[in-house]
Amino acid sequence: MTRFSLNGRDVEVSVPEGMPPLWVLRDELGMTGTKYGCGIAQCGACTVHLDGEAVRSCQIPAETLDGSKVVTIEGLGTPEALHPVQQAWIDKQVAQCGYCQSGQIMQAADLLKRNPNPGDQQIDDSMSGNLCRCGTYPRIREAIRAAASGDRSGPKLEEQEV
Amino acid sequence: MGKVATIARRSFLLGSATIAGGVAFGAYLHNTPTPNPLADGLGEGGVTFNPWVKIDGDGITLIAPHTDLGQGVRSLQAMLIAEEMDLEPGQFRVETGPPDGNYYNGGIAYEVLGVDPGDTSLGNRFTMCAFNTFARTAGLQVTGGSSTAPDTFVKLREAGAIARETLKLAAAREAGVPLSKLNTKAGAVILPDGNSMAYTELAAIAAEIDPVSEVTLREPSQWRHIGKSMQRLDIVGKSSGTTEYGIDLAREGMVHAAVKLNPGQGAGMTSFNADAARKMPGVKDVLKLEGGIAVIANNSWTAMQAANAVECEWAKAAYLPDMDKQWAAALAGFDGELDSEVRNDGDIDLALADSATIEGEYRIPYLAHAPLEPLGALVLVGDDQTDVWVSTQMPIFVRSAVAGITGHDEGKVHIHNQYSGGSFGHRLELEYIRHAAEIGNQMRGTPVKLTYSREEDFAHDFVRPMAASRFRAKSANGQVEALEIAVSGPSTMASQGSRSNSPPMGADFQLHAGISNAPYALPNMRVRAYKVGDMPPTSSWRSVGASGNGFFLECALDEAILAAGGDPLQERIRLCNSPHAKAVLEAVGEMSGWGSDLGEKRGRGIGFVESFGTEVAEVVEVTDTGNGIRLDKVYVAVNVGTVLDPVNFDNHVKGGVIWGLGHAMNCEITYQGGAAEQTNFHAYEGMRMRQCPDIEVRTVNTGKRITGIGEPPVPPAPPALANTIFAATGKRLREMPFNKLVEFA
Repeated sequence: MTRFSLNGRDVEVSVPEGMPPLWVLRDELGMTGTKYGCGIAQCGACTVHLDGEAVRSCQIPAETLDGSKVVTIEGLGTPEALHPVQQAWIDKQVAQCGYCQSGQIMQAADLLKRNPNPGDQQIDDSMSGNLCRCGTYPRIREAIRAAASGDRSGPKLEEQEV
Repeated sequence: MGKVATIARRSFLLGSATIAGGVAFGAYLHNTPTPNPLADGLGEGGVTFNPWVKIDGDGITLIAPHTDLGQGVRSLQAMLIAEEMDLEPGQFRVETGPPDGNYYNGGIAYEVLGVDPGDTSLGNRFTMCAFNTFARTAGLQVTGGSSTAPDTFVKLREAGAIARETLKLAAAREAGVPLSKLNTKAGAVILPDGNSMAYTELAAIAAEIDPVSEVTLREPSQWRHIGKSMQRLDIVGKSSGTTEYGIDLAREGMVHAAVKLNPGQGAGMTSFNADAARKMPGVKDVLKLEGGIAVIANNSWTAMQAANAVECEWAKAAYLPDMDKQWAAALAGFDGELDSEVRNDGDIDLALADSATIEGEYRIPYLAHAPLEPLGALVLVGDDQTDVWVSTQMPIFVRSAVAGITGHDEGKVHIHNQYSGGSFGHRLELEYIRHAAEIGNQMRGTPVKLTYSREEDFAHDFVRPMAASRFRAKSANGQVEALEIAVSGPSTMASQGSRSNSPPMGADFQLHAGISNAPYALPNMRVRAYKVGDMPPTSSWRSVGASGNGFFLECALDEAILAAGGDPLQERIRLCNSPHAKAVLEAVGEMSGWGSDLGEKRGRGIGFVESFGTEVAEVVEVTDTGNGIRLDKVYVAVNVGTVLDPVNFDNHVKGGVIWGLGHAMNCEITYQGGAAEQTNFHAYEGMRMRQCPDIEVRTVNTGKRITGIGEPPVPPAPPALANTIFAATGKRLREMPFNKLVEFA
């Protein structure tokens, strides 16, 4: 049995040996906001926060889950109580197909936690591991800048604790 | 009518989808009304006015039959209905509707017949009526060809207006006031005394009335939604991880499936050994499929691991297995039989008789669609019916294919069309759904979710065809006098046709789309296309033929203009014989400050392509940094006539430019031993944010018919970049991907 905190809730799950957290979340726990895109840490669609850091959940060993604190897109915020980064994503109408956006948002939230006012180069450096096949990059940049500057609706970034 | 009738005798291309045109047209040429599919299962007191609007115990439901692949068309279609029906966001639900002939795509009529579905003149209505009858009976409920806006712009507003006027009629009877005294607002009929009657309260009364048949659509000045940026209905879900895609769905008792299929596409499996796979914990079964195996397991990851552990012996694919042989065949194609000569203006032989000023050969590679949501479907085959939850651009064709596998009547095969994590044309194909149905059929009574691994998705893409192009041109004093372009490559129409049991195809106009329709009045111009056989299967890839042909034409034209000392923008404007195209060329020149000095190590270049009726011009600016070429800026001018939703439009144009640039810079699919060599995104990156330029979009409206935007921003991007790199470095790129020839920052 593997025990860890998922979005602030303690969970216990029997994880098949070697199974990456991505599939534990999706198939064992029914948390499908975290997406499968490549399985080799090349697209970033499966990005979650593990003990406060953005990681690709398709690649980290399942054993690292034990005793850890995991936050997924569903735990970052909800439609009723959006995280400031999610609100910025809505305000800037970022999504097209939207499939990569859970990972993009998790990566951006991690960036802004470390660097509340990132420059253009820092945004590009931090986000370039996350593929968007629809090409929403210009709006992702805008949304990150908006989240950083507070130029958006909803609560301020610093008021959120994740 | 003669023009319409010919479509029955040949297969035709519907924007992005080739459809067998072998239906006996005459047999269907009668005006039998087709039943409204919403009438089925309508509850007591419910009403449906047409196939797009119903009101019942669930409230107001609008049907958006064009599949949302990320373009935002579920929201857009609802907005068109809501515009005339006087509904506000939050007052209605949106569903995709069942597969049904009523949801045929009339927007593709322009691609087929050259007529505008929104033109209400009598002659045009007659032609459209004939086409629509054909489209309805042939099951052309297709999303593709950048046709959602042209198909729905009039049709869905009429559907909303009919509902509104019928509800007003119901209110007039109920309240005993004259119809002329009634208004509508926010989901209600407003009475002269200011009181209102909600549409939902009027449903039962409206159900007793025949829907009105004549409505007048509102003038643009009265529009409340159209032309204004709306919040997409899916934006909160997609920003919070709560939108469910096909891959996310689950059913009680569901098992998971993964496949391992012959990487030699279309070929069979001679034997397999699943002993090791069967012993893996969590594996429930290994099934034999057409051309491969499926593993059934209690989660997707185990299924994928076990599928990899199955040893399969594959039959050899029918096509040339290696890239060098395929290129040799493509080049030999220029000496083979002509597929079409679609343009032959002036006297090209005479013009080029002495010698061509300039000539060259261009090449484009195969490209994968690789939508980020891998292929897959959830299937439940029961005793009496089959249910399929999937995202598809061709629901009626899917239903027919699934029925053929499970043996249920088409009426008992239910296709539940889902939001998709991208498509770019891949979900026009049916293979992945056929495999899911095959698996479900062997697992009757158990819901099975098939998820392709990314590697299987790449291996079983139906790629954008490679092609070669040769040009000869003559120019002098800054002006182009003669241009001959020939294209040789595999035929997408023939490949798609072979998978849908179509009759033999005629000429493939995608081999020259984007070239033959170019609005350049060159004194001498000839366009020839050659079809090459024995190649891997190919399909429609965002912007189809124009995706590569734009590169062929616009770079050749640039070479010819520059050889004569001309200006690439001014010469294009001089040659341009279409006011709709000229307007975007002039706009992009103004936006980009064309002609101004950019400084050392910098350059700008232009590309213009008209595809799917939409004119797009792009100017790119780059800097040669010494550590690679950096894309600084792209200016885009677009002419679609009316823009429905400016923010969604802007997002889409930029996405199309990025799609075009990213693949031109970094991507190719190559074949070795019959298999695609690129297996995942490490070898096929597209564009990442660090390479993404700033993009500025301007819309131009020359008062033309409404056209689509899903694909047209793609084709001008690669030639604009190649022409820019030439301007900055003097290096002429005649082959994609460009990163084989230059380094990018």
